[in-house]
Amino acid sequence: MTNTPAIELRNITKRFGNVCANNNISLSVQKGEILSLLGENGSGKTTLMNMISGIYFPDEGEIIIGGEEVVIRSPKDAFDYKIGMIHQHFKLVDVFTAAENIVLGLNGEGKFNINQVSRNVAEISSKYGFEIDPNKKIYEMSVSEKQTVEIIKVLYRGADILILDEPTAVLTPQETEKLFAVLRRMRDDGKAIIIITHKLHEVLAISDRVTVLRKGEYIDTVKTSETDEMALTEMMVGKKVSLNIDRSEPKNTEERLLVEHIDCLSREGVKLLDDVSFTARSGEILGIAGIAGSGQRELLEAIAGLQHLEEGRIIYIDPTTKQEEDLKDKTPLQIRNMGVRLSFVPEDRLGMGLVGNMDIVDNMMLRSYTKGNSAFLQRKEPKDLAERVIKQLGVVTPGASTPVRRLSGGNVQKVLVGREIASSPTVLMAAYPVRGLDINSSYMIYNLLNEQKEKGVAVIFVGEDLDVLLELSDRILVIGGGKVTGIVDARTTTKEEIGLLMTKAKGGEANDK
Amino acid sequence: MGILASIVFFIKQSIIQGIPLLYGSTGEIITEKSGNLNLGIPGIMYMGGISGVIGGYFYERSTDNPNAFLAIFITFMSAIVGSALLALIYSFLTITLHANQNVTGLTLTTFGVGIGNFFGGSLTKLFGEGGSISLMFTGNAFKATLPFASKLGLFGELFLSYGFLAYLAVIIAIISSIILTKTRVGLNLRAVGENPATADAAGINVTLYKYVATCIGGAIAGLGGLYFIMDYTGGSWTNGGFGDRGWLAIALVIFALWKPKHSIWGSFLFGGLYIVYLYIPGLGRSSQEIFKMLPYVVTLVVLVLTSMRKKREYQPPESLGTTYFREER
Repeated sequence: MTNTPAIELRNITKRFGNVCANNNISLSVQKGEILSLLGENGSGKTTLMNMISGIYFPDEGEIIIGGEEVVIRSPKDAFDYKIGMIHQHFKLVDVFTAAENIVLGLNGEGKFNINQVSRNVAEISSKYGFEIDPNKKIYEMSVSEKQTVEIIKVLYRGADILILDEPTAVLTPQETEKLFAVLRRMRDDGKAIIIITHKLHEVLAISDRVTVLRKGEYIDTVKTSETDEMALTEMMVGKKVSLNIDRSEPKNTEERLLVEHIDCLSREGVKLLDDVSFTARSGEILGIAGIAGSGQRELLEAIAGLQHLEEGRIIYIDPTTKQEEDLKDKTPLQIRNMGVRLSFVPEDRLGMGLVGNMDIVDNMMLRSYTKGNSAFLQRKEPKDLAERVIKQLGVVTPGASTPVRRLSGGNVQKVLVGREIASSPTVLMAAYPVRGLDINSSYMIYNLLNEQKEKGVAVIFVGEDLDVLLELSDRILVIGGGKVTGIVDARTTTKEEIGLLMTKAKGGEANDK
Repeated sequence: MGILASIVFFIKQSIIQGIPLLYGSTGEIITEKSGNLNLGIPGIMYMGGISGVIGGYFYERSTDNPNAFLAIFITFMSAIVGSALLALIYSFLTITLHANQNVTGLTLTTFGVGIGNFFGGSLTKLFGEGGSISLMFTGNAFKATLPFASKLGLFGELFLSYGFLAYLAVIIAIISSIILTKTRVGLNLRAVGENPATADAAGINVTLYKYVATCIGGAIAGLGGLYFIMDYTGGSWTNGGFGDRGWLAIALVIFALWKPKHSIWGSFLFGGLYIVYLYIPGLGRSSQEIFKMLPYVVTLVVLVLTSMRKKREYQPPESLGTTYFREER
């Protein structure tokens, strides 16, 4: 290892108003090294990296590149110092080809020749083992391909220091492995790589050293070979936490929801759901795994009555009367009143379910405004409910009358999930309920779902993290391209098996074990 | 007139009607490619026309022996400056002050038409004798064709019988098309209109691109107004004479799917549809209006067809109509 780090941060501090996002943080990366930057959401990882890539400017501290102190004021400055950041949300122009995106903004010399660019791109690809067609349009690409374009984009600009912000969040296990192989090749080529993540097993798998941040503070830097998952968690959370989900054996299960051969079309006539069939049972958590956008959303919306079914039917079996009812003929309101609840956390968190400008009480009321007999709204009950949710789930808010928009992402999700659970549902559908939450809050939500299951609710859980899906669910339904590619027992299956099913293009029979 | 001759005559009239639309739509396409939906184009074209008239008026007044080249140069520059100025106002309001693009554009149309009519009115007054403004000399200079064109029969009639502004419109459209699709500047401009945050992160000066594209687009559109006044009407201004051609130019942008090369033939088609009622025998005053609708109907059909095809390349620039704040990224 050479003695001059590729990049070194000394005592960096960044404040936003009164909030100190980064306090006195130092770290360094050598050439030919992969450093993991580990921390929970809101611990200041992305803020810190944005200062290296020129989006923010540090209030205090120095950035040293190759032994010299530098000032980075814009993304262009960062390029000039050969720093390339791959953002979590891709910065790509959809209607452009990969090659066009890669040269965007570059003042190359001589005549503009897109074919030459394509050749250069192919060269870089073969050097590091990417698979990419330079002439493919971005909107035709999978998430993993888009990420590849982003990486090639920074390499094309000659980056020696690469920063990846949560690169695996959107990838299947197989794609993650591929990405890691590429990263290792780049490390061997002498690049300095910083990878931001909060997934511990990935830290252990890919990095040489780990720097841990917690709530904007620098905690420690350790060698990956000398640490383990427990120690890292403790550093990250600040106290010992048990990362176990108490999964009980399903008891008294009975069929609650029969989904039979449903098809859904998008407005453009593309099949979003193709012959999907499964059964959800009471007292059981049915996990749904799949690459983002494979039809999970449409499936839940179909059950909630928000999607038009082309084919098939959805039978709901009433727990007390055992009567069968077809949800296809019901309005979303009727379905909800039957006890089928959907808590969907979309990427922008507020898109469905909550109204940002309304306060917590009013948002609770969105579910109860039809109740009551007078012409006026009843505010008492929703207000009590709001306060109960705030207390039980530890929502951090100035009060129940704060607009939801002003809460942080995690707290918004608690309000949403809390409201749906409070109505004592018989079917609870939760999509990405822990997206962006810290470890403690995530486990709180998992345990809430478990509680519901023990109460005899049929829980349908759409998750992103396969490890969690395996630990939490009883059965896992894997969906790929709108088709059910398999239903497996969560206790006996492996991540690899699920990963394979996720990418399986043509679904076989949905074997319900 | 033989059948062939009357067809040629109709095509020629269609092209003449199409040229202002071609200028307007080329200008608007360049503007929209930067993400600015400039609905002020009708006002800007009006402004181009009246600016040219003002320039020409003062030149013809200032000398007894006007020079054709100078007359063209002065009116041409006046039109460009006048319309670019209006586009600059639009840019300042929407890009720097983040004003709503639709409101700003519509206001600008009202403003441009108002300015045109106001100065048109005052110049008419200055002319005295209650007559309309007539810049015969400048008009003739603009209308001048190659001397041998009229001797070439139908060929000359169809291809060589227009003033230089008509050819310039086609040349500008072709050059715009090449710049947009084949150069770095074009790639960067399209990126700004599609996804300004991405362009910004890639080191492109988004504000500069938006300003320059909008002002150049405005100047080009203004030439459409100039062509109408100087070439089509031969240098005479009438308030409201330009009609709804500005809106037609914006419809043409959609028809051409944001590609200047399509607006070349599209403008001729629209021009033809615009005047076809004159060539259909037996139309009354009321049934004429239905035929005048044709260009808009065609645009609607194109809109329906493209939204059914859902091909991404047929869609407007993604960030069209939205303002860009860097802080929001």
